[in-house]
Amino acid sequence: MSAHQAQVFAAVAARQAPASDQGLVAALRRHLFGSRFSSITTLILVLIFFQTIPDFIAWALIHPVWTADAALCKQSMGEGACWGVITEKYRVIIFGYYPHAEHWRPLLATSLLLALLVASCTRALWSRWLLLLWLVVVAAVFVILHGGYWGLSVVETDRWGGLPLTVLLASLSIVAAFPLSVLMALGRRSAMPAVSALCTVYIELIRGVPLISVLFMASFMFPLLMPTGTKIDVLLRVFIGITLFAAAYMAEVIRGGLQAIPKGQIEAAQSLGMTYWQTQRKIVLPQALAMVVPGVMNNFIGIFKDTSLVTIVSLYELTGALGLALNSDADWRPFKLEAYLFITLIYFAGCYAMSRYSLWIEAQLSRSRAR
Amino acid sequence: MKLQLSDSQQPYARSAEDMIAPRAAPPRTSSWSWKSEAFRSKIFQGFFVLVLIAVAAYLIHNTTDNMRLRGIQSGYGFLIQPAGFDIGETMFAYDSGDPYWKAVLVGLSNTVRVALLGIILATIIGTAVGIGRFSRNLLLRVLCQAYVEFFRNVPVLLQLLMWYLLLTEFLPAPNEPWVFGGGFYLSKGGVSFPLPQWALGHGTALIGFLAGLIAVYRWRQRQFARFEATGQTPKLLLPAFGFLVGGTLAGWLLGGAPTALRYPEMGTFAIDGGGALTPEFLAVLIGLTLYTAGFIAEVVRAGIQAVPRGQGEAAQSLGLSPGQEMRLVLLPQALRVIIPPLTSQYLNLTKNSSLAVAIGYPDVVSILNTSINQTGRAVECISIIMIVYLTTSLSTSALMNWYNARAAIQER
Repeated sequence: MSAHQAQVFAAVAARQAPASDQGLVAALRRHLFGSRFSSITTLILVLIFFQTIPDFIAWALIHPVWTADAALCKQSMGEGACWGVITEKYRVIIFGYYPHAEHWRPLLATSLLLALLVASCTRALWSRWLLLLWLVVVAAVFVILHGGYWGLSVVETDRWGGLPLTVLLASLSIVAAFPLSVLMALGRRSAMPAVSALCTVYIELIRGVPLISVLFMASFMFPLLMPTGTKIDVLLRVFIGITLFAAAYMAEVIRGGLQAIPKGQIEAAQSLGMTYWQTQRKIVLPQALAMVVPGVMNNFIGIFKDTSLVTIVSLYELTGALGLALNSDADWRPFKLEAYLFITLIYFAGCYAMSRYSLWIEAQLSRSRAR
Repeated sequence: MKLQLSDSQQPYARSAEDMIAPRAAPPRTSSWSWKSEAFRSKIFQGFFVLVLIAVAAYLIHNTTDNMRLRGIQSGYGFLIQPAGFDIGETMFAYDSGDPYWKAVLVGLSNTVRVALLGIILATIIGTAVGIGRFSRNLLLRVLCQAYVEFFRNVPVLLQLLMWYLLLTEFLPAPNEPWVFGGGFYLSKGGVSFPLPQWALGHGTALIGFLAGLIAVYRWRQRQFARFEATGQTPKLLLPAFGFLVGGTLAGWLLGGAPTALRYPEMGTFAIDGGGALTPEFLAVLIGLTLYTAGFIAEVVRAGIQAVPRGQGEAAQSLGLSPGQEMRLVLLPQALRVIIPPLTSQYLNLTKNSSLAVAIGYPDVVSILNTSINQTGRAVECISIIMIVYLTTSLSTSALMNWYNARAAIQER
């Protein structure tokens, strides 16, 4: 009997312990060699990285010429980058046509503006005083850049350029376009047919045409629209053009948020006796705007990038100033690529910072929503 | 027995005088009263429209005054005058003696060409990168994310300028191009490649291709009917490919199988003959494609993420491979979320093609910009630009709305 039992219940050899899914080797296997296809992809990508990245690092960081020496740059062309072009030309690239001796003024103005932007993004400082601060700083920036007071020499707006112009145009257009777009989004959803039709036509019209055509309009047609004999500053025209263009796009994003508010919210507000504007200001907009933060931030980034187009209507912001610095200088023109990479880095830093900030705001908002 | 209660014991008893009298009907709100919302809204709208008309009239008055003062002529009559400038790249015969309207048409054809090709390429690259962000391979995921972050965060104008610089500065001169096998040349002058010598066989090949298309359509119907009847999975991809290739080949053979190619040849200064793409065209095409592909990748990613998680898990538990899961379960459902934002990306690409003016590709904006400088008719030329783009935008969104309605979930 017992012998029989022993035959039936013969112990099965112990199974091997499962492969560990902890530690570096397992992680590598999971993430890089998970399947045959994955392994092949990894091998190909590693091969490509080895072909390109060391060469690029050698070109950009190990063998470049840092000093502003065009002859030396020409010698090492193909082997090392010529960052000397930036050492030589950075002041023209950053400040454009602005008189050389006065460069401290755009530097100061840009720093003020950037500090203001950082302050506006800091939660602890969000209050009514910020509005006042904006007025004061923007006025100060204009006085510093334009001059004419306290012995500062006058510098006309058509000589402003480079990074200060980019930052100024972008931040002012954002600040002006946002309230306009809220009004237009509300207008498009208004119960009044005349208002909603007009807002719809405006938004669709602007969204249907490229920014360049709006800028052409600003530079060729705005002067014709003014009363005879008055002149409208080119910077102001371009600013109006970008603002009108950006507002139409942003209005559509905000309208999306307005549509997502349940009807019951508005009815509840009405039954409490709130007027239209009270309902919008206290009930609808706070919820709707919180919902569309990512979209609106995308629009802000878009405006920042779009300021580069003003170079086509001959305002020398960052991209235009680069052309200004290099196109007429035969010694340095061959190293335009390095200069392009330099301003690419500036634009990228700006856009990337904005998109990270947008993620932070989203996290703040979702924290308040989670109960 | 009637229960008698004293007055104090009848707390709820009410005398007739205590009863609340029925309220009088509210006074009829006259529609002419300031208290009526409808009336207020009418007044406000009337005021709004009046102000707008006044502003418009003022601006028009200023414009006509200014134009008279500066001696600017107006009207579209200039369109039939000779343009007087050459265009580097034309899809049909054009010379500087031709009228402005023909120059505008050349520009329009160039815009359409670069936009259509760009849309097709950007969709392919963008979808691949968007799907790549869900890859199980870490390197591929990181690479795709880096692509999206880089190309989306740099202005498209700067990217176009950089591509143009790369294509015109870092390639060999046109008289000593890089030669690839089979008659492909690459130089500062652009790309040259062999083109088939036009023959009857190409026409019949085209007819064969169309016939293959019809066959694919019929095959698809049959396969779906079989699927409905028996539940067997429809076989679509390989047979469709076979029909198209087979039809084209048959047509080509029937037409006498022409093989003559027009090869580009080295001239003394540049490469002549064959097909050629200019560096301007290539720069605009590559720049717009890569920029828009970054945005399309994000659209695709968001669409796939919008599909409920359970769908992917269900697909896995049925034993579908990652590829099948994506192709059969996730993408078809994601498509409904993807289409509307994808449409606006297509429109953005088309509108961004106007930046070609910055590197001298003769698109419609660039041609009209030249026309403004030559004739001074800014209002007319800008209106043509706007009409062209508005037409494209509105017709594209109409087309995509139609497709969107087709792809939408059929609810009861």
